[in-house]
Amino acid sequence: MNWLTNFVRPKLRALVNRKSVPENLWDKCPNCSQLIFHRELETNLYVCPHCNHHMRLSAEKRLKLLFDGGDYHRIELPKAPADPLRFRDQKRYADRLRDARARSKEDDAIAVAHGTVGGIPVVVAALDFGFMGGSMGMAVGSGIVAAARLAVTQLAPLIVIPASGGARMQEGALSLMQMPRTVVAVQEVKEAGLPYIVVLADPTTGGVTASFAMLGDLHIAETGAMIGFAGARVIEQTVRETLPEGFQRAEYLLEHGMVDIVVTRRALRDTLARVLSLLLRREPTPDLLEPPRTERLPAGRRPPEDNAHVALPDDTPGA
Amino acid sequence: MKNFLDFEKPIAELEGKIEELRHLSGEGDFNIADEVSKLQDKTEKLLRQTYQKLTPWQKVQVARHPDRPHFNDYVAALIEDFTPVAGDRCFADDKAILGGMGRFRGYSCVIIGQEKGADTGERVAHNFGMARPEGYRKARRLMELADRFSLPVISLVDTPGAYPGVGAEERGQAEAIARCIDTGLGIRVPLLSVIIGEGGSGGAIAIATGDVVMMLEHSIYSVISPEGCASILWRSAEQTQVAAEALRLTAQDLLGLGLIDRVLPEPLGGAHRDPVETIGRLGDALESELKRLIVQDGGLLRRRRRDKFLEMGKQVTP
Repeated sequence: MNWLTNFVRPKLRALVNRKSVPENLWDKCPNCSQLIFHRELETNLYVCPHCNHHMRLSAEKRLKLLFDGGDYHRIELPKAPADPLRFRDQKRYADRLRDARARSKEDDAIAVAHGTVGGIPVVVAALDFGFMGGSMGMAVGSGIVAAARLAVTQLAPLIVIPASGGARMQEGALSLMQMPRTVVAVQEVKEAGLPYIVVLADPTTGGVTASFAMLGDLHIAETGAMIGFAGARVIEQTVRETLPEGFQRAEYLLEHGMVDIVVTRRALRDTLARVLSLLLRREPTPDLLEPPRTERLPAGRRPPEDNAHVALPDDTPGA
Repeated sequence: MKNFLDFEKPIAELEGKIEELRHLSGEGDFNIADEVSKLQDKTEKLLRQTYQKLTPWQKVQVARHPDRPHFNDYVAALIEDFTPVAGDRCFADDKAILGGMGRFRGYSCVIIGQEKGADTGERVAHNFGMARPEGYRKARRLMELADRFSLPVISLVDTPGAYPGVGAEERGQAEAIARCIDTGLGIRVPLLSVIIGEGGSGGAIAIATGDVVMMLEHSIYSVISPEGCASILWRSAEQTQVAAEALRLTAQDLLGLGLIDRVLPEPLGGAHRDPVETIGRLGDALESELKRLIVQDGGLLRRRRRDKFLEMGKQVTP
């Protein structure tokens, strides 16, 4: 018996377990509920091959998909005061933060990196909806400020990819003050004559939309992304009527003049590379070609006057 | 008929008694006069006690008090030659945000603010102080006008928040607020902001990016209404009072967090008890700050204003 229980049974178990299918090989599309093989999903940039639903991405995945060759350098962000108000709802904010950090292996809902997109050196700040709904507190605000400063130092365009439910209530009025804070950050980038491009990802709402996310020289939205100020439920309760078809979706905003371009995730990088090369008057660079550092923007360069409709220097009175 | 808040009931009862006694009293009725003055002392003591230790939720109620002075009251008392402007030059004139030019204690200035309205009809006309994009675009226009002619800007904040509606979203509520913040942080003239009642979230900060931001003693300033916060984080409307506490939305909290510059004391029993005194005090505070700011270089003002907002929250320790 001993030989059987101690030796044979574990061997058999190991054999059987190895053959069993790991659960995470298949992902379910949250939109159409179809099962998608994980590798197919990855090569399809986390877009459902059945219904074209663009799934939400972690900040890290976002960076990997956007930069040339998935190559980039993340910068360390300043530490924000943890739980400044000692906020407690049904759960302590400190605990919520700890859980979110453990789950995501990230400090907060933002990642900032630099690298090249279509050969053009850029700084990218990506928000992570998976981290407490991508909400903006001190940490996210400081991340945007850090990204802006890095862009100015490197004389590189700034690309921000919001994906956020809005302000982080658990930081009270401190989170509200991230609205002006991030707006100042955007002003610094624009005043340095650098392009500031916003890539609106699903979802972008609340105080994030009403600050840095709506101040881009260009607004590019991922197809189907929910973008708005007030939540659909709040609006429905206020106006007591059903909302129009496609309300607050990227295509709807395009129709109403709030975004410039709606793209699929697959076309996003090329679109960014194209608009940046146009704004910076660069030769279209072949993809994935890292230019020498000397090719970066000369210091203090401003957009030419005849391009003023694209990037108006906002220190012009009456601009 | 006066409006009393729930926690003001004992005060209301005392005042009711005083009224009754006064009604009864004939000429030279010393006993009654004595009694009245006793009751008045008692009322004052009670008011002092109550208003010294208002809970955050009570402050929310005071901040929303219908008899509290509103934008139009301040303008009527403080601004001479007030000349309102209308419209955003795009779509409409939003009456939730009012503004124009005028003379404040001798200074030509631009004044902007949300108006909640004094009675039901007015409240509807002003959409309860909840602005649509047009309101923020009008505010922006006014700030740019002030910048062009080197006029200081006074903004009086009193709003539950920006209006959540289909049209507002379609016409770019978020963009309008973002641009308004952008402009407020970009102008080269003094911007003085006072939260006079309710500072509701993005709809408030849109016009509150001042060189100096002041709050009346019992006003509130919050990222979300306590009702909204309770329903989202507690999933229960009954937790509104708890949410009001957790959000740290009182003037005293914001001063402690370094998010505003100054708290302006209200008369005993709140601004609604003595609007004239409240408005006068606010005027004095505005005048002293304006005198200090108006002599400063515009570029320097702007840089300091932006630095102030950039630095916010950095020194906060739990």
